[in-house]
Parts: sequence; structure tokens; C-alpha cells
Amino acid sequence: MISNRDSKTGQALFEYLLRLGDDRLVLGHRLSEWCGHAPILEEDIALANIALDCIGQASNFLSLAGKVENKGRNEDDLAYLREAVDFRNVQMVEVPNGDFAHTIARQFLFDVYSYPLLDELQKSADGEIAGIAEKAVKEDRYHLRHSSEWVRRLGDGTGESHDRVQNAFEDLWTYSEELFFTDEVDDILVAAGIAPDLALIKKAWEEMVAKVMKDATLDIPGNDRYMAQGSRNGRHSEHLGHLLAEMQIVHRSYPGVKW
Amino acid sequence: MDDDAKLIEFEAKIKRGEKIEPKDWMPERYRKQLIRMMSQHAHSEIVGMLPEGNWITRAPTLRRKMGLIAKVQDEAGHGLYLYSATETLGIGRDEMVDQLLEGKAKYSNIFNYPSLTWADMGVIGWFVDGAAIVNQTMLARSSYGPYSRAMLRICAEENFHKKQGYEIAATLALGTQAQKEMVQNAVDRYWWPSLMMFGPSDKDSPNTPLLMKWKIKRKSNDDLRQRFIDLTIPQAQRIDLTIPDPDLKLNKKTGHWEFGKINWDEFYEVIRGNGPCNKERMTARRKAHFDGEWVRIAAEEYAKKRKTNHSNNN
Repeated sequence: MISNRDSKTGQALFEYLLRLGDDRLVLGHRLSEWCGHAPILEEDIALANIALDCIGQASNFLSLAGKVENKGRNEDDLAYLREAVDFRNVQMVEVPNGDFAHTIARQFLFDVYSYPLLDELQKSADGEIAGIAEKAVKEDRYHLRHSSEWVRRLGDGTGESHDRVQNAFEDLWTYSEELFFTDEVDDILVAAGIAPDLALIKKAWEEMVAKVMKDATLDIPGNDRYMAQGSRNGRHSEHLGHLLAEMQIVHRSYPGVKW
Repeated sequence: MDDDAKLIEFEAKIKRGEKIEPKDWMPERYRKQLIRMMSQHAHSEIVGMLPEGNWITRAPTLRRKMGLIAKVQDEAGHGLYLYSATETLGIGRDEMVDQLLEGKAKYSNIFNYPSLTWADMGVIGWFVDGAAIVNQTMLARSSYGPYSRAMLRICAEENFHKKQGYEIAATLALGTQAQKEMVQNAVDRYWWPSLMMFGPSDKDSPNTPLLMKWKIKRKSNDDLRQRFIDLTIPQAQRIDLTIPDPDLKLNKKTGHWEFGKINWDEFYEVIRGNGPCNKERMTARRKAHFDGEWVRIAAEEYAKKRKTNHSNNN
């Protein structure tokens, strides 16, 4: 445990860990909805596997968040007993799955963000974050390979698959800017060497997105549209409340019991 | 060699305890019975993902959510593995999937019952995977090499699932009154359908003698059912859950539990498609299949393009 978790850094770190944890918790939850309903058996396995990794990563980040906060909350308290406005995930991960193209496009846009982020976090001045990132980055390498291969396959497959995945990118582009939202949470942690500068991640993201979409014969959507914002501070779409209602129902119905 | 001579050699081989491998000669009935059993087994894994998948999004802790996703993922893996093993008998996966979706192939009846509470995730693991283990441990000694090897591998994972299920059930049984009621309710609903998983009574199972002679099966339905009951009753007693059968009685002489009458009318009705969830399960599988058709076509098209590009570059 690093010693520089003074109140200001500690508070920023808690917020930051919620952002890391909630992104992966909500995305993992959405992915797990595919289980048993995927287009081919191999994808039932792959999507379940990625969901499992995401929830595992979320569990680690939220557990650490609880420790940093130091109010006796564990990862389950944070996952199951917070309201939608207290969640810090980006909206991209909470929107419903849509078709397979939509799920893949979302996963790709997130993986291209998450992989370099975790890669940098391995060098975090906070040893515990670095440890979680070290394990998670290996998982994300596979996620990115999986999603980018599918983007190529769908983009350069048939006319129908091309249109579907192009439409999915158009729909999801609205949510892309939020990935790179920064505020004083980032400022404090970047200064402390705990978190990387998201501007650098954004550059890597843009390059990789451009490369894969070009390979896939897809057009990169323009930014002349409504760009969603606010979710890092708790302003979400209406979808998150429904997702949490489902996720939290059993846990909340029997307060304080062991499962 | 004529077919009679081949049959004599085939049966001698089985008698010696040797495995039959895909390229070996086998009677058409042996091949057909194996395709029926193995594809049914594969379909059961796939349809079996649905009642448990139903609770993934509501699992009460992150640990439980991960455990459940991992289990359902394993089932998909078993399905894939079993389809491959069945393909060694000369039938394609697409054809088998079509048979399932057209309602021509069966899958285990147990998955036509609804999963109503979180406790079902415990009891399904405990009873359904427990019953599967009893059946598969026997099938691991099956005369057909690929099936036997598939069973060995799958059984190891099923053992883990059963432990996970029993642990969920035990946690609830030792929990609050409400939790205990939840798990007792699941036991009440799943006990009898679990016993039916072993299939009809021996006297109504016309395929059994031949299947046993050819060592596709090594034990009869009734023997396997008895083994499951004998294993499971003490496990229920240990966590103070009641098995919903007033006729249960330990026969001290034989060491076996005697049990009440199974409702075979219900069994045959569910097989005929008239179970609580037959329609939902098939609708879900068909929807996944047809919604996913464009994805499979795109993947094929892309693979073709890559192949053409590759050969053009050479």
C-alpha cells in the first residue's frame, strides 16, 4: 500500500478505481447477456470468457476501491448497493447489446481504449493497481484480438454485415469521446504517477481504430453529432437503472446475508 | 470379409474390452445409436445453458456471478467437444443442429423446467450435474473411443460444477429462514425431474440390452438412478434438506434407498414437447440460430476472400 494516499489523492484514487471497476462490471454484465444466445457456439464461449475477465477485473478494482475508501465497503457492497447516479462507468458500456455487430463494435472501441490504458497502469506508482493491471492486460490483449478480428470479418464480409457494423459504429460514436474525459481526478493521479495521461491513450486509440476500420473497409464516423458526456460524474443513460435493477435484485432483497 | 464375419470380429473386440475407433468397421445400428446418444448429449449441453444463463445477470455476488458464467461457458465447451466427437461418426455439426431446431432430436428433459430462484443454481449444479456425473462415469467406459475420452474430460469439469452447486445449496440451507425456504423449494421442484434424467425404467427401455451388449452403455437406467439416489440422500441429510418423497426408506439389507413412484406420464409428456419450457427453450435456440445467420455467412465470406487474396499473392 503506498503511503501517499492522503485525503485528496485517496479520494481521487477511489473515484478513479470506481471508473475502472464500473466500466468493466457493466460491460461484463452486458456481455454475459449473450450467454446461450450467440450466433455460433464458439462465440458463446468467447463472449462468456470476455465477460468473465471483465467481471474479474471489476471485482479486483472495486475491492481495492473499498480498501482505499476505508469505510468498510467491499466489492459486492460497491457493485450491489450503489444507485445508478453513483456509478462511474462510461455510457458506451451500459447501452443495450443490440445485434452482434453492435456488441462487437462496442467491444472493439472499448478494448482499444482499455488495452493501452492497462498497459500503462502496469507502471503505476500504486503497486496494487499495477498488480491488477499486469494480470488484466494479458486478458485484454486477447479481447482486442478477438474484437478487432471480428470487426474485420464483419466489415469485409458481406454487404449486410458491412452495413450492420458500419451502422453500429455510427450509433456508438456518440459515446466515444467520454472514454477520454478527464477532470481533477486524473490531474491529481497523473501528477502522482498513479495514472497515465489519457491524451496519450487517446492517440493510440485513434491510430488503432483508424487502422482496423480501414482494413475492414469501414468509414470512421465524424464528430459532428451529439457526443455523450457526464457519466464519469454519474450522469448516465436511462439504460443503467434497468441494468442495475436486474443485477441488484437478489442481493438487495435479502440484506446482509451470505451467498 | 462379409458383414457377418466383420460383426463377429467387432463383437469379439468389444468383449475383449478394446475400444472401437472412428475408422474401424462398425454395424450401422451401433453408429446410429451412438449418433443418437452423443448428439442428444451435445444438445443437452447447449439447451442446458438457458436455465442457468437465466440467472447470470441476477447472481447475488460477483463471485457467484463469475462462478455461474464459468459453468455455463464450460457447458458450451462440452457441447462443442461432443459435437466434434459425434462428427467422427460421419455426421456434420450443422446437420445435428438442424435436427435439434427442427425438433427431430431430443435433449435432456430436465432443461424443460424453469429456473425460478437463485437457489435453482445450487440445486441444478448439485442434482443435475450430479446425475450427469453418475451417467458419464459409466459412459467414460463406453466402447466407442471418442465418446469415452470425451466423457473422461467432461466428467472432471462436471465434478467441479457439482461441488459448486452443492456449496451454493449448503450456504442457503445454513443461512436465514428465507434462504432455507428458497433452497427447499428448489429441491422440491427438481428432485423428481432429476430422477427422470436417467430415462425410462429398464422394462420400458427397448434399446438397453443391445446398448449394453455393445458396451455403449455399461449400466442400466435403473441401476444408475439408484446410484444417484444413494449418493444424494446423505448429502441432503447433511444440510438438513428434505427430499420430497414420503416413501424413501433405507433398506439395511441391500444398503440401497427405496423410493416412491416416478410419474412416468409426466416424463413422456415432457418428451413429447409438453413440458413447462419446451417451447421457450426451442424458441430461444432458434432465435439465436436465425439471428446469427448473417454473422456465420459473413465469417465464411471473409474466410473465402482471405483465401483468394492469399493465393493471388503467391
